[in-house]
Amino acid sequence: MALQSLDIVRRSATTSRSPQIREPSGGREVAKLIDTTKCIGCKACQVACMEWNDLRDEIGTNIGQYQNPADLSANTWTLMRFAEVENSKGDLEWLIRKDGCMHCADPGCLKACPSPGAIVQYANGIVDFQEENCIGCGYCIAGCPFDIPRISKKDKKVYKCTLCSDRVAVGLEPACIKACPTGALVFGTKDDMKQHAAERIEDLKSRGFEQAGLYDPAGVGGTHVMYVLHHADQPHNYVDLPADPRISRAVLLWKGFSKPLGLAVMALTALAGFFHYIRVGPDETDASDEAAAHELAKRLEKAP
Amino acid sequence: MSDLELGPERRDAASPEHRGMILRYTAGERTNHWMVAMAFVLAALSGLALFHPALFGLSGLFGGGPWTRILHPFIGLAMLLAFLPFALRVGSENRMQPRDWAWLRQYRDVVMNREDRLPEVGRYNAGQKLVFYAIVLCLTGLLLSGVAIWRAYFSIYFPAVVVRWGAVLHALCALVLICTIIVHIYAAIWVKGSVEAMTRGRVTRGWAWKHHRAWFREIMTRAANSRPRPD
Ligand code: HEM
Ligand code: SF4
Repeated sequence: MALQSLDIVRRSATTSRSPQIREPSGGREVAKLIDTTKCIGCKACQVACMEWNDLRDEIGTNIGQYQNPADLSANTWTLMRFAEVENSKGDLEWLIRKDGCMHCADPGCLKACPSPGAIVQYANGIVDFQEENCIGCGYCIAGCPFDIPRISKKDKKVYKCTLCSDRVAVGLEPACIKACPTGALVFGTKDDMKQHAAERIEDLKSRGFEQAGLYDPAGVGGTHVMYVLHHADQPHNYVDLPADPRISRAVLLWKGFSKPLGLAVMALTALAGFFHYIRVGPDETDASDEAAAHELAKRLEKAP
Repeated sequence: MSDLELGPERRDAASPEHRGMILRYTAGERTNHWMVAMAFVLAALSGLALFHPALFGLSGLFGGGPWTRILHPFIGLAMLLAFLPFALRVGSENRMQPRDWAWLRQYRDVVMNREDRLPEVGRYNAGQKLVFYAIVLCLTGLLLSGVAIWRAYFSIYFPAVVVRWGAVLHALCALVLICTIIVHIYAAIWVKGSVEAMTRGRVTRGWAWKHHRAWFREIMTRAANSRPRPD
């Protein structure tokens, strides 16, 4: 079981209820707020994540950008993505986005996972992988609208940002927050973070960023990692941040009502057979069929 | 081994007609059939373990979740590999003919055991032919989608949208295949003598006459032609 202070509200591939009698008075939903307008791309958070979680990725190759390693991996749970975008005035903008798990309120990974308890969601909103229950099928990768989970070549288990659930459980803020030198990363209750973001957005608007806004996409029920963007109308400019992320219709069809329906169809097919036997009975051959067969055989023998 | 050592009875064992029984499946065909059947049962059980949480317990049969995930695609491939030679053998006998459509239209007589009212049937009836085509289609769908969702080796070569719809297609083909095989198994229990055909290889003349008369006629005509004529 996960830490007692982290009540589980949802569990992958589980149709019965999770334990839920406790009503923590202070246990509101938490959120990490990433203010892209304050980020200087120093990657202190990336390093803090490696340090706290004991992760070391392979030394990669330079891809002609500051982005390093080139992509998220089982050993890189957060990654600074750098975009060079020309704005409408013809000026260059360097947009930097800290990528990683968004901790959706309605997580596609959890919906897709076939292994009971391999993915859980805590009462505080954190979506966490319990690798000891993971079977390595990769369904969660197909389920995620943000392309976040990565399967390890080493142990065929899937890894991603835990929002430092181990630290949060004992009242600490996530390691990345602790390391950020500019205050671009803040952590607290989701309500507080929204309010903090609103103040930031007002400030940005007063300084000419008309389209500044909060990224807390409703298509996945909101997220527990949110962005303040200078251009909230152009999320794709921040290295393909989806404008309206949703769990794919294919995944909803695959994991929705069609599954119990499928089971019912199989059971009904077998039952139909059973009751056909009970009502109509077997189709047998008797002596008269044998006689008729001999009759025909004899005729054929005479006149082949 | 010479024929003498086998004895007169064994010598005849492979001939189409033997002690009034007709050979329907050779030892090779029977072996092949049961290889397909075993692979199917294992593929279906391991797949169903991941199909719905209620069936996850089936993964215990395969040594737990990770082993189920590892073994399933290989078992699926084994079924496909076993089915290929079988399909090549029986495929030509499964072409639909006009009398098959008439047979299907009279499905009420079929399920009520009123075989005397049905058109004559060749080596396979229309229901058996449809089962054959359903298996061919489902296995093709399972192979194509199965490769796309095979995370350990192939999924990285496919875009996310293909993997997602691949999972839907795989589950759908599996469902259709499993239901088809349930019907197939029930038909074998329902029509007495069918199980013996696939376990012992032979059927009685009465069975062949009743259920597959056109095939019976063919066998008897051929047997008569190959026998030395008494003058
Ligand atoms: C043709 C070769 C086949 C391949 C390559 C294949 C591959 C796969 C793969 C990769 C998975 C995902 C789980 C895993 O990684 O083990 C899967 C799931 C599954 N397979 Fe197959 N498979 C094949 C044949 C079959 C057959 C013959 C059946 C039998 C009915 C079957 C039924 C299923 C089911 C029910 C699932 C779970 C689907 C779900 O989660 O909704 N597969 N298969
Ligand atoms: S890879 Fe692991 S966490 Fe992801 S869906 Fe499969 S069992 Fe669940």
